[in-house]
Amino acid sequence: MEELATIVASASPLVYAVVGETIAEKAGVINLSLDGSIMLSAMTGFSVSYLTGSVWLGLAGAIAVSAAIAALIAFASIELRLNQIAVGFVLTLLAADLSSFMGDSFVGEQAAHIEPMSIPLLSDIPFVGPVLFDHNLSVYGSYLAVAAAWYFLFKTRRGLELQGVGERPEAAFARGVPVNALRYLYTIVGGAFVGMAGAAFSLDVQLGWRENLTLNYGWIALAIVIFGGWHPVRAAVGCYLFGGLQLAALKLQPVLPDLSQILPILPFALMIFVLLLVYLDWFRRLGDTHPRLRRLLASDPPSGIGVAFRRE
Amino acid sequence: MSTPPAGPRRSIDWRRYGVAAAPFLAAVLVAMVLLLLAGVSNPFDAFRRVWEGSLGSADKIPDTLITWAPLTLAAAGLIVTFAAGLWNIGIEGQIVVGAIAAAFVAREVPGPAVVLVPLTLIAGMIGGIVWGLFAGVLKVYGKVNEIFGGLGLDFVATGMATYLIIGPWKRPGQASTSGTALFRREAWMPTIADYSWLALLVAVAAVIGVYFLMRGTSFGMKLKAVGSNPRSAFLLGIPTGRYMLGAFAVCGALAGLAGTIQATGFHHKLVPSVSGGYGFLGILVVLLAAFRAAWIAPISLFFVALSVGAVQLSYPPLELDSAIGGVLQGILVLLVLLASGLQARRFHLRSKGVGTTLVDEGAGPVLVEE
Repeated sequence: MEELATIVASASPLVYAVVGETIAEKAGVINLSLDGSIMLSAMTGFSVSYLTGSVWLGLAGAIAVSAAIAALIAFASIELRLNQIAVGFVLTLLAADLSSFMGDSFVGEQAAHIEPMSIPLLSDIPFVGPVLFDHNLSVYGSYLAVAAAWYFLFKTRRGLELQGVGERPEAAFARGVPVNALRYLYTIVGGAFVGMAGAAFSLDVQLGWRENLTLNYGWIALAIVIFGGWHPVRAAVGCYLFGGLQLAALKLQPVLPDLSQILPILPFALMIFVLLLVYLDWFRRLGDTHPRLRRLLASDPPSGIGVAFRRE
Repeated sequence: MSTPPAGPRRSIDWRRYGVAAAPFLAAVLVAMVLLLLAGVSNPFDAFRRVWEGSLGSADKIPDTLITWAPLTLAAAGLIVTFAAGLWNIGIEGQIVVGAIAAAFVAREVPGPAVVLVPLTLIAGMIGGIVWGLFAGVLKVYGKVNEIFGGLGLDFVATGMATYLIIGPWKRPGQASTSGTALFRREAWMPTIADYSWLALLVAVAAVIGVYFLMRGTSFGMKLKAVGSNPRSAFLLGIPTGRYMLGAFAVCGALAGLAGTIQATGFHHKLVPSVSGGYGFLGILVVLLAAFRAAWIAPISLFFVALSVGAVQLSYPPLELDSAIGGVLQGILVLLVLLASGLQARRFHLRSKGVGTTLVDEGAGPVLVEE
């Protein structure tokens, strides 16, 4: 039970990142900069919190940084028709190096962080209470983000519009939907969630800043979005699965001392190969023979993903 | 008789040079601002230190060139995978596995340098090819996006190197992630007056080889066809899958050579971070070169001068983080991409209906969508 609570808490930054990327990709824009964005946001969140003493200003700074990077990707894709992968990849490396350079003087310092806050009544529920409701605002926010994204995407008119922009931009445009304006909006909103992921690392889960604090989490988040079939709830499940793998690796360290140095790397590799597995054809075909399984299996990406939309 | 003017190509288009220079100047400006923000009173002094720490002083040039070789090899390999329209993110892993294979030969095979050094190079190539083909098979037969397949293989390669270093290949007495014991002298890349001539030779040969592979061979031509439009290439009878595997194999071989040079020419042992990040940096080099093989050698030299020289900034009196070199590289590539997009957009607006690409000769992945 304690382990489950640990998984829920430690996976919360990934949940934010995965929700943000899902929203952007659903609207048709791939933000490949996640690994660097999260790192730069983590550094910004921590340094602002350190300099001002306010966690909230730190969070705002973290959100602003990743939202700005996302805006740049949207601009490069929509206005300049540059390849989203190319721009995102460059920004990944650039943001990571910026975080190392600018965060150098904050390494090892301590700053205000997100305070624990158990929810009265709910935290008293047996089993569920301690696992889900005895954390802090950052962790609760991660549940809210998943629920809100699910509701928005699948239960509201605006959400359907968003999906139309990502799936059939021409059709959406013909029906009077401002495709590119919405792509800007949702890419930036997605970036804001990525920024929250960074802040959740440096102000909550990992507390503090050091070089490469969040190395490779962004890549894992990108993989989990695919694993989750562009569905926020399934993606969140992927995050908890990854959290479970990490915890298992941690627990195995004393048991397998020879492997203790490589165990922390294994969840990253495993997660990617879980993704590969669900992506294989024979696995996808399971959905045709067993319709009840279909909801659990990987689905296709939004068909307009990665391609700039142009009127003529 | 005077020759008639032969169109716009002959006359010097100063505006074009201006457009090329603007991102460079802007990147330098951003770097200066960052240095000022970091408390450096004279950014030009920092630039001078970078220069003197890389190409500007005789004793640093060999260090810079031994770094240039693996980066250039990685970039040369990436030219080939990019031509096939592939994002070979797995190149980091291909470098690492190449280094592991070379380290195996260096540790286990007896013999004089004349035998051992070529063997390490061959082993490194094989290691890189195997790892490249893994990503290729996942892509071609498993329909796994090469970005994520490659990333997973990167993690596995790093895990393997780390396992070997602290496990079976640990230094006598103590296991530490700082690396294996040094290889025997016979396995080191040979040097003349500190210059690792063989590493340089291998890198130069790779660049020339890739240049002619892409320009003058049917393999290169068909690869470009696969990259620019896989569907029509397939309909024209080109086995696209096999060509993609071929691209992964060539890139893996060159990445494996880069790993060999890193292990036997630079570290002289196997370390966990043996790739040095040159695979990912190579992607930036190729983007900046706009996928043209002829440009990767000079751009690589500029990049390693920044990376190696920036280390000087971490010493007193400045004591900055050496990541500033990477920041400058990233900003430069980003601005060049944005500038090319702006240029294409202006071109497009002027002559409506004609799309344009960053890529000469229509090769490689299209950076600017039509």
